[in-house]
Amino acid sequence: MIRIENLVKTFGAKRAVDGVSFNVERGEVLGFLGPNGAGKSTTMRMITGFIPPTAGRVSVGGHDVAESPLEAKRLIGYLPENAASYPDMTVAGFLNFAAEIRGLAGEARKRAVRRVVDLCFLDNVLHQSIDTLSKGYKHRTCLAQALIHDPDVLIMDEPTDGLDPNQKHQVRNLIRELGKTKAIVFSTHILEEVDAACTRAIIIDRGRVVANGTPEELRAMSELAGAVTLQAQGATREELEVLGRVEQLDGAFRIFPREKARAGELAQAVIDLVNRRSWKVQGMYSERGELDEVFRRITLPDTAGRMPATTAGRA
Amino acid sequence: MSIVKTIVKRELGAYFTSPVAYVFLVIFLLLTGFFTFTAGSFFERGEASLASFFGWHPWLYLAVVPAIGMRLWAEERRSGTLELLFTMPIATWQAIVAKFLASWLFIGVALLLTFPTVVTVNVLGDPDNGQIFAGYLGSFLLAGTYLAITCMTSAMTRNQVVAFILSVVICLFLVLAGFNPVTDLMVRWASPAVVDTVAAFSVVTHFDGFQRGVIDTRDLFFFLSVIGFALFATGVILRGHRSA
Repeated sequence: MIRIENLVKTFGAKRAVDGVSFNVERGEVLGFLGPNGAGKSTTMRMITGFIPPTAGRVSVGGHDVAESPLEAKRLIGYLPENAASYPDMTVAGFLNFAAEIRGLAGEARKRAVRRVVDLCFLDNVLHQSIDTLSKGYKHRTCLAQALIHDPDVLIMDEPTDGLDPNQKHQVRNLIRELGKTKAIVFSTHILEEVDAACTRAIIIDRGRVVANGTPEELRAMSELAGAVTLQAQGATREELEVLGRVEQLDGAFRIFPREKARAGELAQAVIDLVNRRSWKVQGMYSERGELDEVFRRITLPDTAGRMPATTAGRA
Repeated sequence: MSIVKTIVKRELGAYFTSPVAYVFLVIFLLLTGFFTFTAGSFFERGEASLASFFGWHPWLYLAVVPAIGMRLWAEERRSGTLELLFTMPIATWQAIVAKFLASWLFIGVALLLTFPTVVTVNVLGDPDNGQIFAGYLGSFLLAGTYLAITCMTSAMTRNQVVAFILSVVICLFLVLAGFNPVTDLMVRWASPAVVDTVAAFSVVTHFDGFQRGVIDTRDLFFFLSVIGFALFATGVILRGHRSA
């Protein structure tokens, strides 16, 4: 649905987006990650046709955004970064306006408004003017606007920003649900959202794509992936070191496999050792890797993202 | 076309849901009343015409029209709704024309509410109602011209005050270029051709004909072309912001 080829945007001398390419198909939810100022919002603004790219191409549903912007925009629902809406309008007025702009009239418009009001839980505030709403409601009003025409493509810039934990949960579920039939791109700072909602994630840093894969694939890039953490009475570092590199944590040991490829065998090896030595196990976890460690390592090349937690005890 | 209508409806709604519209209408009507009857010595003139009414409009609009138009784009840019608007399937010109039309219609409503003046002059005497109609048409076009210029300045900045001041300055120039004290001053050192050329840019020169009851196509063309130019410039400015 969305094809992006070599997208470049320069602001003066600064290359905000520097050769980004990726595709998103129907049924995919793409998480767009990256530090502040990495070019996430700029890329999204180019996909939605708000700003023209300096170079490169974006096409949505087969329509080139630069050449036939109206056709492309008809397919897109967009939630901008600050979730802006007209403060002087009521929620109902604003949604009706959005529906009319999208060419919905009469009964179809009423149905569309009804649907998004239910979807975004706006029933209580329908006739309240938008500037009197709390941030969460404002946000959902703007989200409702993006969904009003049941778009094939949904672009959301930080859809859970400023929401309370319950609302975040609802929005994530909504994204996952909608993602079954649409192509969705959403940006976020919150890495747990990638697990909660995405089928695929892209990490972008300084305008370039630095990682692109399923959450599992990204997590496997973590140093931690495949390690086993063991908390057991009687266990000693020396004996565990036979199995792999060992790191001492607070009252526990973390064993890293010598080769990533044989990580699967490590857990069994640890269990065998525990049984032989009759240690009393209080806890044992097989680590899947942490996204934020991966995120830090690839977006902070200077320090190589070495977190204190993983280097502790290594010396 | 329906998109233009939708945006016009929204913009008009925005005026009337806030107190701005009512404050504006009251002030506008008070000011026109004051200028016509007190400053314009309507009764002392002893003639059945609205000369004292229309004569003040180029000056009155100078303060009033930029106040109406200054929010048009500056507010959209400041609050970020510009991004929303231009990611909807709307052509830039549709948004520009619609926002302009909405404000122009609003000023038209304010102008229509001055009808008691027309009634008064018809009760007291026997005025030329054709001339009065031409005066209203000219006044409406004059307001549209100021408004289009305000649209343009409003697109330049996200600060409404800056937009207001810029448009007042530009409109003031358009008034002064044909204002008698100024043209008299220019006659002393410039050739009549230069004075006429400068005066031809003035809204006052072109508004004069309407006040006398003459609807000249050249005057119509002047107002409509300034409106067209200013709206076109608005489009260029908005596009410039987005690609910068």
